[in-house]
Amino acid sequence: MREIIKSFTVSIWFMFLTFPIMVIKVNTIEKTIEWRWERLIFVGIGSFFLSFLWRYLITRKESGIKKAEAGEEIKQPLSQRFFEDRRLFFPALGGVIILTVTFPLFFSSYQTNIMTNALMYVMLGLGLNIVVGLAGLLDLGYVAFYAVGAYCYALLNYHFGIGFWAVLPIAAAMGALFGILLGFPVLRLRGDYLAIVTLGFGEMIRLILENWNKFSFGPSGIANIPRPTFFGYQFSFDHSFIYIYYLMISLTILTIFVVNRLQNSRIGRAWIALREDEIACQAMGIDIRKTKLTAFALGATWAGMVGVVFAAKTTFVNPASFTFMESAIILSLIVLGGMGSIIGVILGAFIFILLPEYLRAIEEYRMLVFGAAMVVMMVFRPQGLISNIRRTYEFRSSKKQ
Amino acid sequence: MILELKNIQAFYGNLQVLKGVTIKINEGEIIALIGANGAGKTTTLMSVCGVVPPRFGEIYFMDKPIHNMSPDKIVALGISQVPEGRRIFPLLSVMENLDMGAFLRKDKAGIKQDLEYVFELFPVLAERRHQSGGTLSGGEQQMLAISRAIMARPKLLLLDEPSLGLAPLIVKQIFEIIRKFNTESGTTIFLVEQNANLALKTADRGYVMETGSITIQDTTKNLLKNEEVKKAYLGL
Repeated sequence: MREIIKSFTVSIWFMFLTFPIMVIKVNTIEKTIEWRWERLIFVGIGSFFLSFLWRYLITRKESGIKKAEAGEEIKQPLSQRFFEDRRLFFPALGGVIILTVTFPLFFSSYQTNIMTNALMYVMLGLGLNIVVGLAGLLDLGYVAFYAVGAYCYALLNYHFGIGFWAVLPIAAAMGALFGILLGFPVLRLRGDYLAIVTLGFGEMIRLILENWNKFSFGPSGIANIPRPTFFGYQFSFDHSFIYIYYLMISLTILTIFVVNRLQNSRIGRAWIALREDEIACQAMGIDIRKTKLTAFALGATWAGMVGVVFAAKTTFVNPASFTFMESAIILSLIVLGGMGSIIGVILGAFIFILLPEYLRAIEEYRMLVFGAAMVVMMVFRPQGLISNIRRTYEFRSSKKQ
Repeated sequence: MILELKNIQAFYGNLQVLKGVTIKINEGEIIALIGANGAGKTTTLMSVCGVVPPRFGEIYFMDKPIHNMSPDKIVALGISQVPEGRRIFPLLSVMENLDMGAFLRKDKAGIKQDLEYVFELFPVLAERRHQSGGTLSGGEQQMLAISRAIMARPKLLLLDEPSLGLAPLIVKQIFEIIRKFNTESGTTIFLVEQNANLALKTADRGYVMETGSITIQDTTKNLLKNEEVKKAYLGL
């Protein structure tokens, strides 16, 4: 009963708040005021139900926490059970593989293009995940490395005619180099300060590309970048999309493989220690400088490679593609998916990139839905959709107990 | 001699904290460094492990100069540290915390052996090995911090205020285990402590520090009888 009264006050409050914009409509030409009272009722009913639902979910969540505190057996989250149960996981994995491989056969090149886009963000997300999710270094200028990769291909191709495949490793190395370049000045920074400096770094790269006309051709960008070839064979316009799609899939698989190996390696453990406590990290004999620099470098490598694919896919680069908004999107997809978790990041990227594409019908409300979704996420699943499933170590005593 | 500090002077910016500290530690000893707040006890430890490198003076570990080394190199030489305020990894499980302690080691059999030893010293950690570090109680966290340092199999163990914020009963228990560890493994222990009474009862020799320099050094037996120490630090 109390809940209903509370929700009722919320709805009254909302009706009052939205009254000026939802009800009154001033026609400035005829100088008349139109009163749309029926809308008031809609707002009231809508907010009442939403508020009621919200309260219900909150109480449910809190009772769950209480249960856990009381030591009662709580069932494992669905996602975790899913990944641990091999009978469920392998068929699902097989299904996903078949779907991804046959995707271009069934869907139009527009759909394939969107998927390629999503895969690019998966890769970017996985790269940034190394820096943010594993090493705990908040990097808001990640798009700079993406830009470095894209311009690397564009410029090397323009001046020297170097092809896609030759540039790919060069761009990866350039990404790593710029990662270290950014890493050095921020070695001693943490938290908000680090975020600000990395943000500045990202903007710096974009502004340099925008204003150094002789080097990067300024805001007009570089056009006519060739698409990738397959052992020297150039695909037709339509087929090249499919080709890039498969290329992106193999690159993504490579990324997943490498990042997964890194996560469970020595350096991965050092990153996790660094995220948790820097001083303790030092006391464990971990070289903080080296660890941070490798995190920046290995994170940036992937962005450099995706940058090359981006340039090859759109055949055109200009600084407008590398704004802060891109960094923000990559960061939010990690947060949405679950920091430090590979599958979480992949899922986050697909949701984040595909949803807006398919929500084009209600384009005006896209950002609204997005904002609401983020708020709901932070309240109910602050650890992300799929939180990081860490390897658990099992200790077996050699003595009989 | 396992560790020798020769006339160490350390600064925070322009502020001189250590004004010529000389300490000698023999192998297998427990050394206690006691003193009031802000005397420079923690800074002394920080100088040894390279976090606050001394501006003047020399530090030798097993006759090797270490005052210019970076912290990770010093740990690699066999000095392991339990930092002030425990500093365990809160989101990692107890097992993972211990595993981090052995970060620089590659001998799997030895690590496993030490793990068993640590669980013998602190059985409560074995019970809670899958719990995340942040959910442990203060005493358990301190035990975990000490165990984590032991996992590095150090030649010299630096302990910074193991009694900080713990109940007297647990403090006593922890000191007993420190003593036990020292006799069983022969590891040298350098203990920095405010709780002078317990520290002096645990250690073999003690140093008393006052505003950046050592004022008294003696065996703990004598220190416990020393009038000055009694008045200033033991509250007798």
